[in-house]
Amino acid sequence: MYIAASRTSDLAAGTDREPALKRVSANVVALGLVSLVTDVSSEMVTAVLPLYLVLGLGLNPLQFGLLDGLYAGATAVVRVLGGHLADRWRRLKAVAGFGYGLSAVCKLGLVAAGSSVAAIGAVLAADRTGKGLRTGPRDALISLSSEPETLGRSFGVHRAMDTVGAFLGPLVAMAVLALSLGSYPSVFFTSFCIAAVAVLLLALFVRDRPGSADRAAVSLRAAAGLLKQQDFRRVTLWAALLGLVTVGDSFVYLALQRRWEIAATYFPLLPLGTAGVYLLLAVPLGRLADRVGRWPVFLGGHVALCLALVLLCGPVHAALPVIALGLHGVFYAATDGVLMAAAGPLVPAGLRATGLAVVQTGQAAARMLSSVLFGLAWTLWDLRPAVLVAAACLAVVALAAAFAKPVRP
Amino acid sequence: MKKLVVALTGTALLVAAAVTYTVSARHGTADAEPAAALTLAPGQLLFRDTATGRVGAVPLGEPTAKPQLSGLKCDRFAVAGPMAVCLAVRPGTLPAITDVLVLDDHLAVRHTETLPGTPSRARVSPDGKRVHWTLFVTGDSYAQTGFSTRAGLYEVDTGRLVKTIEELPVFVDGKRYFAADVNYWGITFAPDGNRFYATLGSKGRTYLVEADYGRFRGRTLRENVECPSLSPDGKRVAFKKKAGDGVWRLSVLDLASMRETELAEPRSVDDQALWQDDRTILYGLDNGVWAVPADGSGTPRKLVGGAASPAVTG
Repeated sequence: MYIAASRTSDLAAGTDREPALKRVSANVVALGLVSLVTDVSSEMVTAVLPLYLVLGLGLNPLQFGLLDGLYAGATAVVRVLGGHLADRWRRLKAVAGFGYGLSAVCKLGLVAAGSSVAAIGAVLAADRTGKGLRTGPRDALISLSSEPETLGRSFGVHRAMDTVGAFLGPLVAMAVLALSLGSYPSVFFTSFCIAAVAVLLLALFVRDRPGSADRAAVSLRAAAGLLKQQDFRRVTLWAALLGLVTVGDSFVYLALQRRWEIAATYFPLLPLGTAGVYLLLAVPLGRLADRVGRWPVFLGGHVALCLALVLLCGPVHAALPVIALGLHGVFYAATDGVLMAAAGPLVPAGLRATGLAVVQTGQAAARMLSSVLFGLAWTLWDLRPAVLVAAACLAVVALAAAFAKPVRP
Repeated sequence: MKKLVVALTGTALLVAAAVTYTVSARHGTADAEPAAALTLAPGQLLFRDTATGRVGAVPLGEPTAKPQLSGLKCDRFAVAGPMAVCLAVRPGTLPAITDVLVLDDHLAVRHTETLPGTPSRARVSPDGKRVHWTLFVTGDSYAQTGFSTRAGLYEVDTGRLVKTIEELPVFVDGKRYFAADVNYWGITFAPDGNRFYATLGSKGRTYLVEADYGRFRGRTLRENVECPSLSPDGKRVAFKKKAGDGVWRLSVLDLASMRETELAEPRSVDDQALWQDDRTILYGLDNGVWAVPADGSGTPRKLVGGAASPAVTG
């Protein structure tokens, strides 16, 4: 079950130079395609939503902030629920499909909600619920459809495809706005159609993994018992601890913008820089994780973030922001899918969706808390001291995690 | 193989539906009604027709008359004397880019500035020498989807552009105020074309700032006053006063006595008020333009439905 066992087999297969896609299970590619199409759909809405709410409906930014908080909060709660139900019913595909379907229908809900702020809030919360429900079962499907020794590569392929969708979404939204002469309902309707394509692809091409676990083993108690298992508990805990000292994306971009005085027009290009590197490195770093161990790569990603933070405080030199963004992309490529690959084998197949959802929720909750704390530090101490303190905390926790080695060896 | 056919057919149908919807929305917005040639002749109430986005006009004395719609599309619109300003977000720009159009008395474009952000407020100074505006800019604040505001102005006679007034040295209780998160919004100019007022937001507080344009410095007068609007006689400021999260009440502040009067509009108003004359205040609310007496008496009355961003020629 443990990752160490995979090392020799991977070395033996080392001469094989087939492209990554071919060596990844068809089910993972299908799931990647579903995620790609879904991300086009959801990112096009994300891109126009602030504009629509503030300009189209005349909401003030504060109301928008409240809506957005609702949006984010809904995911964390239902994530574990989605994972648990999928395990309990042994219907990973069905629960994931329900999540994708719910989010798709919500795009139509945005058209129907018109100018009612309460209705829009409800639709956005439902949309996020769909996202929360599907994440655990989907990652469990990826992990159960892959050989344990190539989990890193599988997650890498999936995350790279997912990121392609995130790239395309805003472009599609711009094209729809230009073609419809600025009609937001057209963006939402198109987003619905694209999401429906994803649901169709999921229904047709993704195969379920019923697993052989007996039903009794997937009780609430068994799910809670996961945390009693030492290895799983330690991974969850360390992932959350690292999440707590991780500086949020928006802060990284803001720090870049402040120090290098990047014009507001170019500001949205910064996340694209990160996503580009993430896209390119997701598969290579996933493979590296399969070879040298997932935990070292996961920690290496945090070291990259730490370096990026230090660079943000360095001299205002034109090359530094490029390197910092690159390192930020490395951080994502080395952590997001790799953590799932590391945690997957620690959870029995029958509880996979629950287990992965627990790890993600712990990490997400810690990151939310970290954002609040970092925002506070920024306000109290100003930008540079706050970033340096954050980098120092990150370095200390990453070092401790390296000694703790929650994933053997 | 069969699955592939189903997938391709389904995808083709859905894409066709999306394209049809999008293209038909295009015809819906470019509607049939011919554009009227509006002018800034006195005695009119101009506004943004919310259904089409076009600038419409009705006689001020007869606001229920059928409005005439110009061909001009604006998100915010304002007028003073023979000068108008139109803020229009460019369709299909992400992040949003706004065109600030300076217009003459026949609504012909005299000058265009293109700035990042989405339109929030627009005004022309009473002497017609400056147009000023507020734009929402995303990604400036550290909250992931936070907004910040940027208030700027354009000197019509000299062609000088001030993209943001956030460099304005400002004094709070006599002391120079410094903070990284200074935001300004809702500028209003006095008839002399030099004294102006604006809202300063910083560290969760909002202040009414009185400033001297020539010397370019300002001081705070009072807290909790947003989107000020100076009366034609220059003695009173109408503003929105925060009553809770996302709830604002319209009030009028007498600058000599610093006394506040709450107006008779009980609902929350998020707009920069407009003085129709020294007695009446106009504002946009619930997809309509409303009027309420400036002395706190009377009741609000709806002038035009399906309208926002009122402007009065006089």
